[in-house]
Amino acid sequence: METFIRRAPRAAALVAAVLLLALPPFVSSFMLSLMTQALVWAMLAMSLDLLLGYIGLASLGHAAYLALGAYSVGILTTRHGADFWTSLAVGIAVAALGAAVFGLVALRATGVYFLMITLALGMTVWGLANRWVSLTSGDNGIAGVPRPRGLPWDVSGALPFYYLVLVAFAVAFVVLWTVVHSPFGKTLVGIRESESRMRTLGYHVWLHKYIAFVIAGAAGGFAGVFWGYYNGFVSPADAELATSVEILLMVALGGRGTLFGPVLGAFVIVLLRNVVSIYTHRWLLILGAVYIGTIVYAPEGIIGMARDWLKARARAPLRPAPSP
Amino acid sequence: MARKLSVTALVLLVLVAVALPADAQKGPIKIGFLAPVTGGAAQVGKDMVNGLMMWLEEHGNQIAGRKVEVIVEDTQGQPNIALTKVAKLVESDKVHVLAGGLFAHVGYALAPRVDQLGVPMLYPVMAADDLTQRKPTKWVVRNGWTSSQPNHPFGEYVAKTLGYKKVVTVAIDYSFGWEQVGGFQKTFEENGGQIVQKLWPPLGTTDFAPYLSQIKRDADAVFALMVAQSALRFPRQYQDAGLKARLPLLGGGTTFDEFVLPSLGDEALGAYSALMYSAALDTPINKKFVETYRKKYGKVPSYYSEVCYTTGRWINDAARAVGGDVENRESFLAALRKVEVPDAPRGPVKLDAHGNPVQNIYIRKVEKKGGELWNTVIHTYPAVGQFWKYKPEEFLKQPVYDRNYPPCKAC
Amino acid sequence: MSGEFFIGQIFNGVSYAALLFLLAGGLSLIFGMMRIVNMTHGSYYLLGGYVALTVMWRGAPFVVAIVAAAIVIALIGIAEWNAFLKRLSGQELGQVLTTMGFALIFQDLGLVIWGGDPHTIRLPETLSGSWVVGELYFPVYRVFIVGVAIAVSLTLWLVLEKTRLGAMMRATVDDPEMARGVGINVFRISMGVFALGAMLASIAGVVAGGFVGVYPGADFEILPYAFVVVIVGGMGSLKGALVGSLMVGLLDNFGKALFPELSYFTLFAPMALILAVRPTGLFGRA
Repeated sequence: METFIRRAPRAAALVAAVLLLALPPFVSSFMLSLMTQALVWAMLAMSLDLLLGYIGLASLGHAAYLALGAYSVGILTTRHGADFWTSLAVGIAVAALGAAVFGLVALRATGVYFLMITLALGMTVWGLANRWVSLTSGDNGIAGVPRPRGLPWDVSGALPFYYLVLVAFAVAFVVLWTVVHSPFGKTLVGIRESESRMRTLGYHVWLHKYIAFVIAGAAGGFAGVFWGYYNGFVSPADAELATSVEILLMVALGGRGTLFGPVLGAFVIVLLRNVVSIYTHRWLLILGAVYIGTIVYAPEGIIGMARDWLKARARAPLRPAPSP
Repeated sequence: MARKLSVTALVLLVLVAVALPADAQKGPIKIGFLAPVTGGAAQVGKDMVNGLMMWLEEHGNQIAGRKVEVIVEDTQGQPNIALTKVAKLVESDKVHVLAGGLFAHVGYALAPRVDQLGVPMLYPVMAADDLTQRKPTKWVVRNGWTSSQPNHPFGEYVAKTLGYKKVVTVAIDYSFGWEQVGGFQKTFEENGGQIVQKLWPPLGTTDFAPYLSQIKRDADAVFALMVAQSALRFPRQYQDAGLKARLPLLGGGTTFDEFVLPSLGDEALGAYSALMYSAALDTPINKKFVETYRKKYGKVPSYYSEVCYTTGRWINDAARAVGGDVENRESFLAALRKVEVPDAPRGPVKLDAHGNPVQNIYIRKVEKKGGELWNTVIHTYPAVGQFWKYKPEEFLKQPVYDRNYPPCKAC
Repeated sequence: MSGEFFIGQIFNGVSYAALLFLLAGGLSLIFGMMRIVNMTHGSYYLLGGYVALTVMWRGAPFVVAIVAAAIVIALIGIAEWNAFLKRLSGQELGQVLTTMGFALIFQDLGLVIWGGDPHTIRLPETLSGSWVVGELYFPVYRVFIVGVAIAVSLTLWLVLEKTRLGAMMRATVDDPEMARGVGINVFRISMGVFALGAMLASIAGVVAGGFVGVYPGADFEILPYAFVVVIVGGMGSLKGALVGSLMVGLLDNFGKALFPELSYFTLFAPMALILAVRPTGLFGRA
């Protein structure tokens, strides 16, 4: 039984990986585009998880990095004919720079205040996207972003593009996984548990938070680059407050502090949004219920629920199935 | 436990159902319709859906002997949502033809995606100029209008007939506003007028105070281009700021469209605007259209209703021309481009060589009749194309109208 | 840029600030007392407008509509707080997500019940038109909004500073444990404050309905503004909400007129800067 508990998550992850790798050629083009979309949101959710799950900082401005990455792609490809690598590098750099500036302001606060400051900072990016018309085209958004150019193989088709995003996702996952399992990551968790203890132990708490903040921003920008390419379109909606809250939901729904959880959360929300809205126009009602339901029934997210369930199973010997 | 499992199974089943390619049997003709059913432009979206549905119901929900199924998707008036929905309509619902959509910038965003998807899409409302000018697309068939189309004649009318010399423009800051102002400015200035100031409130603005207090008081009139909820707010605030008494109000057609007139009061009286439709249009066909629509939906049809009503007819005529074989997308597309409607409620409509309707443009004035506000038609410019009196090749040499083109020399 | 322009813009800014104060004052109280990040606040504003509309369609006068909206929304607020929020004290993430969920549900319910049409709240004759001073026009209704905001802020100030109830409320804000110790019913005070906050938001919604209208989407449009006011002014401080509203109202108006390309930036960036210096806002206490 013990081994089962330890193995179950690994087995689940393996199955998921195989599905992500092998399923796409056989699904409909609609499903394929949803999976691509979900992978992009999964990257974004993971990047926020670094803050929320590992340092305990809830940011209400994470959509800003998505927008910074996406706008970099939009502007560079449509006006300067930039190739994939240039757009990617600039997108990450701009988002990291944004995070480096925002971090200076935001990390002076914690808790509710951190939430509010990141909200205001996120709104500055939204404001620029909306009104700096000569750069961003304002409400028009930037249309006609081409599929990535300058890669050794052609990714203009939906399937090759999916695999490109899958590779990007794998890279993001490995990088973030390495970060959170490094001594640096362990220190972050220590800070989450008790900032003062870590300070007494001689850790530079602020610097750790700051570095994590910038990494999260850069990773958000990384996701934003692929969002721009995926959508072929960038608009102020990418930077909206509602987008930021939705990323938070993905992390919380899946289970924060696990990296896997946010991925799961992103897939659930993207699929739910697109599948449920086929059957009903009352999709917002359902999304609202998901928000509330997550907090009421699964405060530790789906992964947390699964963990509890596995533990409960391990403790109790196998019971015969209850008769109907 | 059993419940949890059954829920999981259900979810999986739904996912599989979505993932599996739908059957491509010859069933009904499927129309995918995009409209903002929620959000600040929901009223407009409702008018659009009503228009299409009314035509279909009048014709027994049949086109070329096949049943018709309409799938309405909500864009919330936002380009990114429209992009997702259009892909869903094609890839998941397997629609044969797309139609609808609101806001010119949504039109620009959608066009490349529609070309990628390779399904014909009618644009009855989205008026983005360049899609039938410098950036033509293969699969988009415009049966509505270009943003600047009504304002070419209107600029001339304002300069020559109304005799205003200096005009301030207040227009919503996105491509539709830019192109409307651009078209107006071009002909207005060529006929001796001058644009002396351009103000650009963002999309969705409801408090115009910061803009109204900037308006140059020594102008002769103000040209306002409003859309959706902005149209509801602007005239009243214009009056309260003391401007109506000093500077007569002109507008783009959407500023005083019938969707908003019932919510306006005397503040809108006397305003001039230009569009290819007015519910007050005095023709037997339009009178019947207005009467039926009103009976059915309890309100006067707006231009949005009319163009979507005619869209039903448009799809019908094209589908008939190909003998109902809408599955053959290329020939269906070609047929959609050949449709001519000599007797639409708005008047005769046919496409020019660039694929934009040639149609009447009406100069309208808001007047009160029987306690209601109507856009009385005071002048008709027959058969106006998107290039007005200019040679297409000459016209296409200038850039597409935007915030800074034509440049404002007298600002 | 004439003197008239400046006077006009200052007047516009102040009257917009008055509206923001009505909205953000309640949010700030809720924050200060319960540390609840309430994303539903914009919904109270929108629903307030809708309730007032419904009442007025049945022939009730404007004043009755305001009262009706205030009562209905206060009840909704109490219900939401009782059923969900009171259990989430100290859990910012839980609060954000729960209240966001409610905001979405209210948004959709609003659409189901009142449809998607934009509406205007018809004003009584006495509040229409403008006062003319030389070349300047002052819409009576905007003056009225300033009046309402002044009346509300005075009342709140008197209640908070001069009454026993106010003393109990302040004690609860300062130190809930201590307040409980001296026999204050913290639970009821908190519920009352939440209801009061919701009520103020609904009044703002009705008042705004008279000049920007009542339409789907207004909830999320106004929400960031309310938050920014509270952040800048400092959570829980009425004075802060007042100063914050004035700053946001004026920055917004002048920004739109003078730096159109940077107009939202000129609004939010100074906020961020203030926070960099004083993370708890101008008048907030940590």
